[in-house]
Amino acid sequence: MSPTYYLLLSALLFSIGAVGVLVRRNAVVVFMCIELMLNAVNLTLVTFARINGTLDGQIMAFFVMVVAAAEVVVGLAIIMSIFKTRRSASVDDANLLKY
Amino acid sequence: MTVLTAVLAQAPAVPADVVGTGEAVTFWVLGPLALAAALAMVLSRSAVHSALWLVLTMLCLGALYMVQQAPFLGFVQIIVYTGAIMMLFLFVLMLVGRDSSDSVVEVLRGQRVAGLLAGVGFAALLVGAVGRSLTDVAPAGLLAQNTTGGGNVANIGRSLFTDYLFPFELTSALLITAAVGGMVLAFSNHERVTRSTQRERVQARIRGERMSPLPGPGVFATANSVATPALLPDGTVARESLSDIIESTTRESLDADVLSVSGGGQSDHEAAYALRAPEAPADESGDPASRPAGEDDSQR
Repeated sequence: MSPTYYLLLSALLFSIGAVGVLVRRNAVVVFMCIELMLNAVNLTLVTFARINGTLDGQIMAFFVMVVAAAEVVVGLAIIMSIFKTRRSASVDDANLLKY
Repeated sequence: MTVLTAVLAQAPAVPADVVGTGEAVTFWVLGPLALAAALAMVLSRSAVHSALWLVLTMLCLGALYMVQQAPFLGFVQIIVYTGAIMMLFLFVLMLVGRDSSDSVVEVLRGQRVAGLLAGVGFAALLVGAVGRSLTDVAPAGLLAQNTTGGGNVANIGRSLFTDYLFPFELTSALLITAAVGGMVLAFSNHERVTRSTQRERVQARIRGERMSPLPGPGVFATANSVATPALLPDGTVARESLSDIIESTTRESLDADVLSVSGGGQSDHEAAYALRAPEAPADESGDPASRPAGEDDSQR
């Protein structure tokens, strides 16, 4: 077994996340699928750090985690404000930027 | 300098990383578990179940990071992702309404099937490309980085504060912006109440019917309840001293009080005497012999 299997697992996880973004309607679940895609990319970065023998990939994964945390805060706040105005968490209902 | 050249000479001598049996077992247990949890996250109807399946996926990925010589990232994954981010997701789910399930109405016809096909095609493309191009790659391994110079965490911290100092500072700006943005977005859309200024309130009071504040409820020897009306100097009840809520809810129970305070009917003091009057003779005429002896002694 070589570390390639980690890359294959990461590819499958990323695809599942992408399908979830395309298929699901609940905005919070769509957001969770984006988190899954970010995690898959993190796994890729960690695996490449191991393959290349440097720590740069791990540091990059760390930065991805920081950006994901910031993104989650802003995204969930946007979802909450959309829910306050439209009483719905479905991405189909948020088809207008105002009202 | 000689130490450096010695280290550089040693560097190729570090044995290439091999995937051991324990790591293979861990991968083949946790990898399919992570995949199954990810599938269950996409397929489950309830959003809360989706969040919990995603927590399982992230825990498996954290364990895989640790197996892959990234212990710091493994713990950060568990602490930050499953501990903080997913709990934030659950909080928002509870706020947004956890039973807001997906609508089954398709806005774009055939969009789900198309999305599914695109996802499967993308996965096949990715797996094919990665599997063909990276079949026999020999990993260099992180043994040197994780054993020398203080280990994994110290080495990550060192290069974070030297080589990656500027991106690290940029993340602080990003986090501040995200925190402020989250607060603004979550708290900004309250209903805009038009707050009147002090001058407007003064003018409204002077032009209104009553300039003084409303009288508070009455406080008497017999009652200090907020439901007791205050008395005007001439002895009549000040109706304004009662709040509208109390007057509307306990009007029936208040009518006797209003009557007694306003002079009609029996006054509170008379009522108190009337309550006490039958009790006093009974107390005096009580037979001392009928009481228990111990109680009698203890009272005296």
